[in-house]
Amino acid sequence: MNALIWLPFLPLLGTLVPLLFARFSRTVCAFMTAALPAITLLLILFNAGAVFNGERFFSSIPWVPAIGLELAFRLDGLSLLFSILILGIGLLVILYARYYLSAQDSIGKFYAYLILFMFAMLGVVLSDNLIQLWFFWELTSISSFLLISFWGHKVEARKGARMALTVTGAGGLALLAGLLLLGHTVGSYSLQTVLDSGDLIKASASYPIITVLVLLGAFTKSAQFPFHFWLPNAMAAPTPVSAYLHSATMVKAGIFLMARFYPALANTDLWFLLVTLTGLATFLTGAYVALFQHDLKGLLANSTISHLGLITLLLGMGTDLAAVAAIFHVINHAIFKASLFMAAGIIDHESGSRDMRHLNGLWKYMPFTATLAMVAASSMAGVPLLNGFLSKEMFFTETLHQASLGSLSWMIPVLATLGGVFSVAYSMRFIHDVFFNGEPVNLPKTPHEPPRYMRVPVEVLVALCLIVGIFPSLIVGDLLYSAAAAVLNGAVPDYSLAIWHGFTYPLLMSAIAMLGGLIIYTNRHHFFKFQAQFPMSDPKLTFESVIQSITLKAQKFISLTENGSLQRYVFLTLLLAISMNAIPLLQLNATAGLRPEIPLDALSVTSVALLCIAGVATVIWHRRRLISLLMLSVVGLIVSLAFAKFSAPDLALTQLSVEVVTVILLILALFFLPQKTPKESSPRRVVRDLGLAAFVGGTVGTICYALMTRPLDTISTFFLENSKTGGGGTNVVNVILVDFRGFDTLGEITVLGIAALGIYKLIARMRLYMPSSDGKGRAWSEDKYPLLLAVISQSLLPLALLVSAYIFLRGHNMPGGGFIAGLITSVAIIQQYIAHGVEWIKHRLKLDYQIMIGSGISIATLSGLGSWVFGHPFLTSWFDYFYLPVIGKFELASAMIFDLGVFLTVVGATMLILANLGQLTTSERATQKEHD
Amino acid sequence: MEGMYAFSVGLLTACGVFLTLRGRSFSVVVGLTLLSYAVNLFLFASGRLKLNAAAVLGESEHYGDPLPQALVLTAIVIGFAMTAFAVILAMRARADLGNDHVDGQIPQPKKPLFQKTGGAK
Repeated sequence: MNALIWLPFLPLLGTLVPLLFARFSRTVCAFMTAALPAITLLLILFNAGAVFNGERFFSSIPWVPAIGLELAFRLDGLSLLFSILILGIGLLVILYARYYLSAQDSIGKFYAYLILFMFAMLGVVLSDNLIQLWFFWELTSISSFLLISFWGHKVEARKGARMALTVTGAGGLALLAGLLLLGHTVGSYSLQTVLDSGDLIKASASYPIITVLVLLGAFTKSAQFPFHFWLPNAMAAPTPVSAYLHSATMVKAGIFLMARFYPALANTDLWFLLVTLTGLATFLTGAYVALFQHDLKGLLANSTISHLGLITLLLGMGTDLAAVAAIFHVINHAIFKASLFMAAGIIDHESGSRDMRHLNGLWKYMPFTATLAMVAASSMAGVPLLNGFLSKEMFFTETLHQASLGSLSWMIPVLATLGGVFSVAYSMRFIHDVFFNGEPVNLPKTPHEPPRYMRVPVEVLVALCLIVGIFPSLIVGDLLYSAAAAVLNGAVPDYSLAIWHGFTYPLLMSAIAMLGGLIIYTNRHHFFKFQAQFPMSDPKLTFESVIQSITLKAQKFISLTENGSLQRYVFLTLLLAISMNAIPLLQLNATAGLRPEIPLDALSVTSVALLCIAGVATVIWHRRRLISLLMLSVVGLIVSLAFAKFSAPDLALTQLSVEVVTVILLILALFFLPQKTPKESSPRRVVRDLGLAAFVGGTVGTICYALMTRPLDTISTFFLENSKTGGGGTNVVNVILVDFRGFDTLGEITVLGIAALGIYKLIARMRLYMPSSDGKGRAWSEDKYPLLLAVISQSLLPLALLVSAYIFLRGHNMPGGGFIAGLITSVAIIQQYIAHGVEWIKHRLKLDYQIMIGSGISIATLSGLGSWVFGHPFLTSWFDYFYLPVIGKFELASAMIFDLGVFLTVVGATMLILANLGQLTTSERATQKEHD
Repeated sequence: MEGMYAFSVGLLTACGVFLTLRGRSFSVVVGLTLLSYAVNLFLFASGRLKLNAAAVLGESEHYGDPLPQALVLTAIVIGFAMTAFAVILAMRARADLGNDHVDGQIPQPKKPLFQKTGGAK
């Protein structure tokens, strides 16, 4: 079944359908929207038989297998059950929403969100990869945010949506951490592998952390205590959304997660304690609070919380039968709660109110809807012959067989019965308060029956309540069995879905619940009075204040570290970086390694002494900027000598030419900047900075020394061996640049080009005044372009270009190449600028440096693309030897074309920077008028 | 020789770091330049120091490690582009903000940091 991989994506395609058809009538839009989910459902049902026979389908496409990333789907009993719920109830909701939404609502947008959510949910239940599961999980949070805030003009819709997103999103992050840890522990992100390694996981040290994190995700999504408060606030959503998300699907995602990871994480004391107690607390608080809600949907929301707690409680108990009961209740709850939400929506739609203090005696006005709602509510209360009764009986049975709380275990059945009592009480309130109990009070509309087809989804679901309730094993037997088998990842215990088990304790508990619920409902006024004594606490306000205080604290923290001072950022960054580097050094016993050192010689000692003096002088005179700059150039020259000494002629040439260009650049810049730095650092700061600088320098020097005195294990042998045979050149450094690592070089010249263009833009709108004199007030020399300099530089130009060409051509075999030749050419041209001025050059040298950069990068790229023509990978080089009569034997290599690109880019970039900056010092500078 | 080389790298680093921590943009640019010398020398040293061993085939008996050399060669050129960008940015900041402090404003003692001190245009 390879089509499985595309199955969840059918609905994704479907998100476009409603947007395309929104312009037609609402009925057309609804039908077209329903088409793809219906096909998906049919495809899944088509395979249901095989799943019932115990088959499991897997399908995956690897993406980055090395880190466990893949697109993987599975279809087993549990996925099948949830897929049917998601698609089946989804289709009913599509039909229902067609009549529920008013003409002002954009139905296309609504359907698009709904289908997006459906896609996300399907992804969650069908995923066979942890990371992928989490991805879809987050997508459900996002799409439900869009759905809850569908009526974005209402404040409570916006706030409710934000709250739901915050709570479930935070849980999602915890889940991600848990899943990553889980995958790390198991060594695989494949779900099936994880499920099969339950013992390994439970034995590992990180088991408690994994469990807590995964459960945090599940509890926030399934509105478990104490995260339950978002669900009642999410009732601001349109009712079809509540019927879909908040009864059947999204809130069940947490339950699904617990069921999915049941073989991997459950059946330990920790699991039992966390899940059972949370479930019990949720079950009781939800049921109790539901009774006091005046809002119809508020009652249903709290009842949902209570039922989710019940399912959680069952999953925590740890017995196989309890897991079966949990799955069964998932089905039953989805059926009756979705129909109840839809019924509540109909009442709201046709009477204009959801307040049970106004809604009374609706039986007379809408008898059909009333009958349907009453049957569904009875199922919620657990009345025999309805599906709710069956799973509730199973629940009661399981609580009786619980011994995990030791001698306190008797409390569980008692508290379960108490929860049952309240369930009956609020179900009775839903029935009696709304449909009987006198006449409606101040309703905005006269209630009446809804349109015929709006009732159809409710009828279907209520019929299911009855059929499942009477013929349970016939209707859901296979589905339940295969889902339970998937949850337990093995043998399913014997259980019976019969309605009548004889006079047993669970039956007695049901009877007590019925009777107790009746008593509480008839005496509800006392309870309401009692409850009114408590101060009203609005979770929305609490939530908002918590969020605000977090924001405030975050801002305070940020202002501590981010106060707008670059000096502080640099200081902290360096401190952190160097501390991280220094710690491993503490464990290094000997600084010096075994590699013998090169003996010292007088020249080297002199150079190092010069370097140190120049370096320190740069710092000492840093306030007198020109002197500092001159000292800096001494450092640069000695660095290039060091490269030459230690067998790196290419580096020496590059450093030398870059040095020239850099110093010219900095002197030009200094022309526009203050000549001196004011003394403004406090002595404390100077000492602090000196301390850090010494610490950083000491650490770097130590690492450098430790590194150099240890033997080298290098990969360069490959380059040395293949340089001539594979790259056709004997200068290995150049062959690495233009051939082996040509792609890197391509990236680097692109960066160079981008930097130059950025500088060009920065210069273009610069408004700097031109100083008319130097720092001491002396006027600049009148003789701007001395004749001597002009003559010499002009005669030097052809020579410099010739050297440059020679360096370029020999680069492949001797020190040289595009980078160095480019820099030499630039220096030669700059010299002309200095000697003659921009005006003079402009008429003689018509070069557009931007085009030069562009063509350089293009040539380099094209030389790489050229190898595609010959069917080789990008940047494969080619070379051969030719013979010409006079010249003799010579080599041609495609790498030379690449090097030409490098050359052009380097010349273009350096000239674009320097020529434009230099232009600022002349009358050629752009006037303000031109730019504004 | 290695010890002296490492000492020079450490000293250049320290000088560079100290200047990078100054408050005026030109000092920071000079500091960054010093720091990039140090970094280039450091990276180059990871191929170990060798005398008379240029990585040109047939020119000597043994060869220095060509890989760090290739990396440092591009680093020098990119380093130039970075220095140029930083210094032009500093000039632009001076033009637009009226001072050459790295924070765009000269800090006033005992005044809230976020208050703009303005600048002459």
